Amino acid sequence: MSEQPSIDEFGGGPSLLGPPHAPRSREEGTRGALIAFVSTVIFVGVVLWAVLSSDAWPAVQRQFFSWDHFVDVFPDVLGGFWLDVKMFLVAEVIILTLSLIIAMIRSLRGPAFFPLRALAVLFIDVIRGIPVILLILLLGFGIPALQLPGVPTSALFWGLTALIISYSAYTAEVYRAGIESVHESQRMSARSLGLTQVQALRYVLVPQAIKNVIPALLNGFVSLQKDVALVLVLGIREAVREADIYAAKTFNYTGYIAATLLFLAVSIPVARFTDWYTERDRRRKQSISA
Amino acid sequence: MTPPKLELRGVWKAFGDKEVLRDVDLTVDQHEVVCLIGSSGSGKSTMLKCVNLLFPIDDGEILFDGADITAPGVNPNQVREKMGIVFQAFNLFPHMTVLDNITLSPRKVHGVGKAEAVERARGLLERFGLTDKIDEYPDRLSGGQQQRVAVVRALATQPQLMLFDEVTSALDPELVAEVLNVIRGLKSDGMTMVIATHEMGFARDVADQVCFLDQGRILEHGSPQEIFSSPTEPRTQQFLQRIIDAGRL
Repeated sequence: MSEQPSIDEFGGGPSLLGPPHAPRSREEGTRGALIAFVSTVIFVGVVLWAVLSSDAWPAVQRQFFSWDHFVDVFPDVLGGFWLDVKMFLVAEVIILTLSLIIAMIRSLRGPAFFPLRALAVLFIDVIRGIPVILLILLLGFGIPALQLPGVPTSALFWGLTALIISYSAYTAEVYRAGIESVHESQRMSARSLGLTQVQALRYVLVPQAIKNVIPALLNGFVSLQKDVALVLVLGIREAVREADIYAAKTFNYTGYIAATLLFLAVSIPVARFTDWYTERDRRRKQSISA
Repeated sequence: MTPPKLELRGVWKAFGDKEVLRDVDLTVDQHEVVCLIGSSGSGKSTMLKCVNLLFPIDDGEILFDGADITAPGVNPNQVREKMGIVFQAFNLFPHMTVLDNITLSPRKVHGVGKAEAVERARGLLERFGLTDKIDEYPDRLSGGQQQRVAVVRALATQPQLMLFDEVTSALDPELVAEVLNVIRGLKSDGMTMVIATHEMGFARDVADQVCFLDQGRILEHGSPQEIFSSPTEPRTQQFLQRIIDAGRL
């Protein structure tokens, strides 16, 4: 029994940088970290030296990493990025809700629900078959051009709608995989207690399903957080569009780098969090089965 | 004359080509305890799930209080509200506490208020010695405790008929007794029960009627005395002989 190491002995929980081999003792852990640090410094140093000493570097620096241009363009790009963040937040909330409803409809059983189920499958198949950018152009330019009374004509509205529709189809499949990963006996058990199909989904299957698919959902977050930039094709002045305008004016691409840094500043933490969460979840499952 | 609590008439059930129930007739009177015995795959479990309408039957009819519950247009949820089933693998909801597991159906299906549902759950948990587990999650309980919670969860809907599907088969031997004692307690309350089991000693003690299933048919049925002491069918004799050889009776 005493041979069994507790989770704490594996270095006190999952590291943010994924699962390296667990150090056996604190001393070895410190030494391992030191080696990792020194080798990283050397590696980065060599790469930087190779890049910075190359003949092409001055031109690259002028075009992409000019401090003066950076200071010049950054406020506009930041303003545009704030719009990206807002679009992302609004879209994500709607996507998470809408796709869950679609997934629940797709998970209903019995011949009576066939039409609903077929509709959900059709929606998912069709939407997943259309490139996001095409959907954005179609709705963003197409619908405002119709000038229908009472229908919004804002390109932003329709661009965002296109993103929401597209991502809902993908996210619905994520949820559905989660619902199907819950053992059939749970559905049976819920139904045997008199719960309706929808009640069984709502109280028993979906709560367990969501727990299973959180990493996949977070992955979708990262993807959407970048894809909101696609609405720039509608002329919406978000971060990439601002950088684009600046590049067209000055023939300097530092604005793109500014936008890149802003996107990375959001997506890397989410990606790290996803790994950390997945790892923690895996450990927890292991400790229960042990 | 009151009709029997449960009656199966000529029930057939197949999964694809495989016939699992073949022309099954069974009558269960009010307050009667019926044990289904037979080797694995003989159809015991399928029969219980058909009674609970978890599987649709292919032919025949199932009557509950004299009403055909397999007729088209019958709402299975309303039928299930009157019976409870307990499964081999407990099937507690792992994301809910013991209390929430028990009160879910009374509150959402039977429209019982929260306070009353909790009160009822407490009463049942106390009776089955589980009061201190009320706020635990299922994965913190032993198999025997989980199975007893599953029984309580089924009882909380105040069923008129209880179905037990090999409820001790997944348990460590030392935990079997605590679950069987719960069922004995229900018998003394007068609960009508159909019990699929591999525990022959228990079946002999508790049953009013024992049915031996073989390849989807009820080959022989009668009092425990008749089935265990003087079975007439060779297949029943073989089955019981194997049980005795294994030291399980």
